[in-house]
Amino acid sequence: MNRRTLLTYGAAVSGVVALTLFIGWWQVDGPSAPEPVAQRPLPLTQMEFQMTNQDGATVGPATLIGNPSMVFFGFTYCPDVCPTTLSDISGWLDNLGNDVADMNVVFITVDPERDTVDAMAEYVSYFHPAIQGWSGTLEETARAAAGFRASYEKVATDGDYTMNHTASVFLFNAEGQFASTIDYHEAREFAVPKIRRILARTGEQSS
Amino acid sequence: MRESTFAAVAFSILVGLPTASLAGSEDIVIEDAWSRASIGTNRPGAAYMTLRNTGSDPVTLVGLETPLAMMPDIHETTTDSNGVSSMGPVGEITILPGESVSLEPGGMHAMLMRLQTKMVEGETFPLTLNFADGETLTVDVPILGIAARGPEG
Repeated sequence: MNRRTLLTYGAAVSGVVALTLFIGWWQVDGPSAPEPVAQRPLPLTQMEFQMTNQDGATVGPATLIGNPSMVFFGFTYCPDVCPTTLSDISGWLDNLGNDVADMNVVFITVDPERDTVDAMAEYVSYFHPAIQGWSGTLEETARAAAGFRASYEKVATDGDYTMNHTASVFLFNAEGQFASTIDYHEAREFAVPKIRRILARTGEQSS
Repeated sequence: MRESTFAAVAFSILVGLPTASLAGSEDIVIEDAWSRASIGTNRPGAAYMTLRNTGSDPVTLVGLETPLAMMPDIHETTTDSNGVSSMGPVGEITILPGESVSLEPGGMHAMLMRLQTKMVEGETFPLTLNFADGETLTVDVPILGIAARGPEG
């Protein structure tokens, strides 16, 4: 074998190794990774809870059926994660323009004791106009979180309290089936295509 | 010419040595400080910035002070493998020579608890950083909109 042949073989072998690693990543951690079944939210059609939106209307999972939906949990006394999530989502929505006109975008509070309907209404008014704010009783909040397989916990701080909570954004298609999750701090390059996927699926099925 | 060079060297030794022997918090440069406007004073605020250590000694940030909030403290948000976010005090932060530490959304932030006044978009507030060597550094933090995502808004 001369040197040139060796080099060619070497390049071919490393190419195959790189491709194998890439396929492995794609299927295990990458875009084709299976969602862990235990943590998947229920379809919206199987959830049962009742809340009040920022306009005072009674809402629930059934309100969301018919259009694709994006749902996330948080609380308005949260100084870091929640405003960041809301402004990230506002950015994604701006990016998608008119395509998101019919999408439901819902922020559910895990702290209804402080986040009254009025508090939620004022808070969401500072972000993208598509973002709704839902507030319910403690019991209904627990039922909602259970349906989404989301968790939250009240944590005492110095004379006050804060909430630990699931910061992921859940995506559902127009039929209410769970499609995917956008993790907190996921780059826009991944988030926007995931949203486009639930929008596109709706388009195909309705045509 | 030669004399003036000598004088300059002597001066820099005299002035330079004592400062260099301090722990070096004067070598901290604050960049891209920003915060978000608040709704009233009930909710805690958060401020973000980058602290760069341009000196040759490690510098330790031990606390914060501001007339804006009774209890300012550095907090960190962490998100576990189940996607659950929680937040807690960080304690002291040591910045190694030549390195920087960023307070940014989703990571560390200056948590401004018990706001004394509303944080109004377009205004600034003074935030004093206390270092382990007893030195302090005060920065004027611009207040951006509630939906701001970074120092540019």
